[in-house]
Amino acid sequence: MTGSPHSTTVFPHRHLLGIEGLTAGEITTILDLADGYVEQNRQPSKKSSLLDGRTIVNLFFENSTRTRTSFELAGKRLGADVINMSSDGSSVKKGETLIDTAMTLNAMHLDALVVRHADSGAVKLLADKVNCSVINAGDGHHEHPTQGLLDALAIRRRLGSLDGLIVAICGDILHSRVARSNIHLLNAMGARVRVVAPPTLIPSQIDRLGVEIHHSMATGLKDADVVMMLRLQTERMSGQYVPSTREYFYFYGLDYEKLAVAKPHAVVMHPGPMNRGVEIDSEVADDLKRSMILDQVELGVAVRMAVLDLLTRDRRGTDV
Amino acid sequence: MSNSATRVAYRNARLLDPASGLDQRGDLLTEGAKIADFGPSLFADGVPEGIEVVDLQGQCLAPGLVDMRVLIGEPGEEEKDTIKSASRAAVAGGITAVVLLPNTDPVTDEVASLEFIARRAREVRLVKVFAYAAATRGTEGNEITEMGLLSRAGAVAFTDGTKAIASAKAMRRALSYARTFDKLIVQHPEEPSLASGGMMNSGERATRLGLIGIPREAEIIMIERDLRLLELSGGRLHFAHVTTGESVDLIRRAKARGLKVTCDTAPHYFALTETDVGDYRTFAKVSPPLRGEMDRRAIVEGLADGTIDAIASDHTPQDQDQKRLPFAQAACGVIGLETLFPLTLELVHKGAMPLLKALACVTVKPAELLGLPLGRIAKGAPADLIAFDLDVPWKVDVAAFKSKSKNSPFEDRPVQGRPLRTVVDGRTVWQFEG
Repeated sequence: MTGSPHSTTVFPHRHLLGIEGLTAGEITTILDLADGYVEQNRQPSKKSSLLDGRTIVNLFFENSTRTRTSFELAGKRLGADVINMSSDGSSVKKGETLIDTAMTLNAMHLDALVVRHADSGAVKLLADKVNCSVINAGDGHHEHPTQGLLDALAIRRRLGSLDGLIVAICGDILHSRVARSNIHLLNAMGARVRVVAPPTLIPSQIDRLGVEIHHSMATGLKDADVVMMLRLQTERMSGQYVPSTREYFYFYGLDYEKLAVAKPHAVVMHPGPMNRGVEIDSEVADDLKRSMILDQVELGVAVRMAVLDLLTRDRRGTDV
Repeated sequence: MSNSATRVAYRNARLLDPASGLDQRGDLLTEGAKIADFGPSLFADGVPEGIEVVDLQGQCLAPGLVDMRVLIGEPGEEEKDTIKSASRAAVAGGITAVVLLPNTDPVTDEVASLEFIARRAREVRLVKVFAYAAATRGTEGNEITEMGLLSRAGAVAFTDGTKAIASAKAMRRALSYARTFDKLIVQHPEEPSLASGGMMNSGERATRLGLIGIPREAEIIMIERDLRLLELSGGRLHFAHVTTGESVDLIRRAKARGLKVTCDTAPHYFALTETDVGDYRTFAKVSPPLRGEMDRRAIVEGLADGTIDAIASDHTPQDQDQKRLPFAQAACGVIGLETLFPLTLELVHKGAMPLLKALACVTVKPAELLGLPLGRIAKGAPADLIAFDLDVPWKVDVAAFKSKSKNSPFEDRPVQGRPLRTVVDGRTVWQFEG
């Protein structure tokens, strides 16, 4: 257990399917544990034997490089055997249903299953059918809880606390699972959350999730402590949701001019991969004083180690 | 009156006829396929020889239910439901006549398809089976079907069923042409370009679940448009399964203006809300989607004040393969033949509607809309009847249902009242085996 401090707070969940429903105490438990893993990951020898002999499967029905790699590293650094399955090579392509896939994997006695799927709720559907712990690595437009957690860890390490911060989440809120996880998490931790986007990219009644809605970067970023940019998918730029990349960047792309209304110490985040010149200007993205984009990548591994550690404690017989 | 016709005396009944307002203790005599007579002192001098006697011991006797919106899988998707399995489910649900939607494979848009349905119904010989024919060829929304020939072959009305007639031009033509045969055009009121890709009602719940929403306006806009077209073309227009308060308001005002417009709703729209989608329950995925509580209440009010003419089950069987999927991929629809009656009675038990009015919504009113001589207790009327216990409490048990598919969102729901006996053309076709 090198580098992983014990926490005394209870974490009573078998799966991590979303941030919605987690308490501030439970979120803090994960973040505290992750802080310890950040240190472990900075040592020359990064590997522990915590999950020795345990099996984790990364089941990705949607393409992903960074999230899958991050989970793979997290599992391996804890000593687990990690296997990657993607929809290309698997029987899913041959018409097997999601539930059949779940039952098949369940028969292999896994300890944890990390799932990404293009449909909201698909990970929950799988989790209901298996005995192991399931971690949602992104389901449709619903949630991406480990992204929310790593973003929170990055903010906490940089700014000390989330309580009372003004966080502006900008861009394609409508299709973003990252936005939803962050909204739930930031609200639970006492931050003030704004969403900033053209009305076509704001989902119906999102104010009821406890956010302020802004349609201009000037008001949305005013006095913000944190500016989170979301990736805009180019297929949504064809006149369906916004008329063009050019127009979008003019009004919603983050550059120094728009960032000037935020607090002087405001930090900039992006879950990646970035579209430079679409939602974020390269100068801002590469500004090490402002941008936390690489911190986010580093902390992602630690957060996923913490989650794997916590969710497997029950079956390892470790006191939580 | 033939002397050889089977005669059955139903004694000690609470006779209920929503068409005439009859609610009285008495007896009823059927002779062959017809109601011969009824009244409080029908057998004052005893029941004559040769008549079978059924003592109802004070239970209710009413016209059998006429379910004006039923989808089954035959032909094309027999694994979901067949005319046989759906007929069994219908009579077990107190339904004596069903009207089938044309969304089969092939679509019911040819005389031969109507003949096939009639033949299968004769073979099964349980519930009376009627059919809609498609309003447009292949339900593709472009060219109108041979409404005259289809009417002669038995089509009771015209609809594209689960699909909206999206083109204003096609709708105008359908309404206009159907006037020749005094037939109803039944619309699924949903503007497809606003609803496409949608999975549930638009709003906070859809936003939380990350599901694509269908705005209520998709329904409202289509109703507004079609009311204008009705004014332009004349004809008779019926909106199926209305779900929003504004829909009811629009239709209420159109009726007041004298337009020949009617509508129905389905039990799930007054018994459930979008909250029942819960954590991605695909059994609660229906088209149009379940709405919020304010709309649910408005639907109940619309039924109570008579703006909504009828209640139809909207029976849509889906097997497990179509429902055990991520919400986005799951098919729409719920089965309803065996829950239509208890859920309609729920309105009575909750005090939303008097008994006769609620019964009218599932008997005489849908029959009248479609020009069917059904749904009444009257001398010479078809002996399509149900005996039922108005008050008995029970829990919905889908496993015991006769429908081949089990996609009901009402599993374990406590309800009150159940059919005890179903009579079609004077013949008992089902009895409750408690």
